[in-house]
Amino acid sequence: MTAGAPADPRPAAEIGTGTSANSRERILARIRSAVAGAPDAPITRSYRTSPEATDVIGLFAERVADYRAVVHVVDGSEAAATIRAAMARQGAVRLVVPDGLPAEWAPDDPVADDPRLTAAELDAVDGVITGCAVGIAETGTIVLDAGPGQGRRALTLVPDYHLCVVRADQIVAGVPEAVARLDPARPLTWISGPSATSDIELNRVEGVHGPRTLEVVVVR
Amino acid sequence: MSGAGTFLGMPAFPHNAAAAVQDSQLRFNLRKATHTIRGKRAAVVGELPDWAELRRAGKEIKDHTLRHLDRYLLQLEEAVTAAGGHVHWASDAKEANRIVADLVKATGETSVVKVKSMATQEIGLNEALQEEGITAYETDLAELIVQLGDDWPSHILVPAIHRNRAEIREIFQEKMAEWGRAAPEELTDEPRALAEAARLHLRERFLSTKVAVSGANFMIAETGTLVVLESEGNGRMCLTLPETLISVVGVEKLLPTWRDLEVFLQLLPRSSTGERMNPYTSTWTGATEGQEFHLVLLDNGRTDVLADEVGRQALRCIRCSACLNVCPVYERAGGHAYGSVYPGPIGAILTPQLRGTASAIDASLPYASSLCGACFEACPVAIDIPEVLVHLRGKVRHARAERLGMRAAGWIFDRPSRLARVQRLGGRLRRFVPGRLPGPLSAWTDTREIPDIPAESFRDWWNRTDGGAR
Ligand code: SF4
Repeated sequence: MTAGAPADPRPAAEIGTGTSANSRERILARIRSAVAGAPDAPITRSYRTSPEATDVIGLFAERVADYRAVVHVVDGSEAAATIRAAMARQGAVRLVVPDGLPAEWAPDDPVADDPRLTAAELDAVDGVITGCAVGIAETGTIVLDAGPGQGRRALTLVPDYHLCVVRADQIVAGVPEAVARLDPARPLTWISGPSATSDIELNRVEGVHGPRTLEVVVVR
Repeated sequence: MSGAGTFLGMPAFPHNAAAAVQDSQLRFNLRKATHTIRGKRAAVVGELPDWAELRRAGKEIKDHTLRHLDRYLLQLEEAVTAAGGHVHWASDAKEANRIVADLVKATGETSVVKVKSMATQEIGLNEALQEEGITAYETDLAELIVQLGDDWPSHILVPAIHRNRAEIREIFQEKMAEWGRAAPEELTDEPRALAEAARLHLRERFLSTKVAVSGANFMIAETGTLVVLESEGNGRMCLTLPETLISVVGVEKLLPTWRDLEVFLQLLPRSSTGERMNPYTSTWTGATEGQEFHLVLLDNGRTDVLADEVGRQALRCIRCSACLNVCPVYERAGGHAYGSVYPGPIGAILTPQLRGTASAIDASLPYASSLCGACFEACPVAIDIPEVLVHLRGKVRHARAERLGMRAAGWIFDRPSRLARVQRLGGRLRRFVPGRLPGPLSAWTDTREIPDIPAESFRDWWNRTDGGAR
């Protein structure tokens, strides 16, 4: 379908630095003349920055389950058994385990991402188990920041089953508190339920490209 | 192939709309879609006690950004560059397409995967790449349906809403093989089966393609971070797996600080899909996890919009599509009638501002509205769409008969004595006024009654009776 594209001999960093440099000046000049003399626009932040919630863990579990994810809320001593039971139910044996995941959560036969697994290898495992950086109660969202126990972004994307362990102290009530806790320099993935589409006559179907099953264990 | 930003040569809105309202399947699909999303949106917006305050902050953050857009763009450029990314500036569609094509060629690749982006549709990137021997594969399920069906998107959020499941099955069976992995033999029209076919068709492409092209919902000036919201995971595939990522983003998509996301990550998902949060949001800063990253900043008419004091509020738009879902005109006419990648109320004000009102379709767009105001109410960044529509109507060139009529009216209303004389004349000739006006003026009377002319004007009556006292 494609004719071969001849390779551009210039290094990619230089592309667009010719005319693009003129465009940069032109665009900036056009902006300056467009807004010249316009008054400054102040910002009022009168919205809630820390929503009141009496039971954040309960609310988080309820909202995650609303997205048709499987949710368990357990005490620390039950976490390992809950993880094992979940894997057995799912029929998942070979799970990718990112560096830094607490040893008691790891399955018996972990698949390490070292050396880095190829996309095809990731496609062949049964699933992945991770921790997370932040949980948001109001929206039922889990945020991964590629930190310890989470690994690079592809690990929670290519395998079809994602088992995520959330510690109670990682859960905040609302979006503003989550944004404040997160580091923008890290690549973030905000996950609210399994992958889904409503593109066909607005019927919601879970799992197009991301994991079709999301299971969450909240450890009190 | 679909995707050229301008459906140029399209007839004007009234012509397209008249055809669309005859299509009962389309009207049924649209009605179901808009009413379903509308209901979900109302429920999740109602959950937030501070929605009005969030909306106010959303509007003000965008206004503030636009006021200082030059400064924030420079800050963004510095932050992206410091994080190992490359920033390119494009004045128009042609230049943006040129930059992307050159970047792809520099990798030696002949295909790219794409995640749904309105900016790249606006500039017709897919066609431009095709001319350079580069194939762009759309990966969003709806965009895939549109691309395989050689069709136009009709809604910002659900671009294939004009297609039903039987049509989608047919498109997959006929066209998938041409583009890659064929659809399964026994494909049914169950949404689950159709989604599974798309998953299989696209998976091998994701695992092997080396270059991806995306847009972005937000860019953070302070940190150089880009933000993409999506549902299916095809966005994550494109942003994460390929070795080179090229993002084409309109200059207005900027937010000053990281903190500002706390407002927009509440406003956008709830207004858009009617969910508390969309399934996946990705944020990244510069070259990430060993990837090569290029950001193409796109003007393409945006600085013209910025120069219009009334019209510039259209640049606050976060493309949520809430205004489409509440619009009585969109619900009946459908997305294609607007002749642009931006349909519905926002399209009616954005397209003529970005493209000018030289063509028939663009000049007719400011009239594609009943000015009911539902769009303004729904808009999470409080864009007063009716205000901009009226403003734009004042700017398009009107028909000759209308201009003559308005000039005559202006002459009459200019002096009270002239008005009085014309009114008296009208009263005397009232028997001769026809029910239907002749020639081009009949367009007016076809849908309206000519009001009865009274025998005596209010002015004359007042003078004769001294305000009813005599
Ligand atoms: S104009 Fe407002 S309601 Fe319409 S798409 Fe843009 S942000 Fe959403």
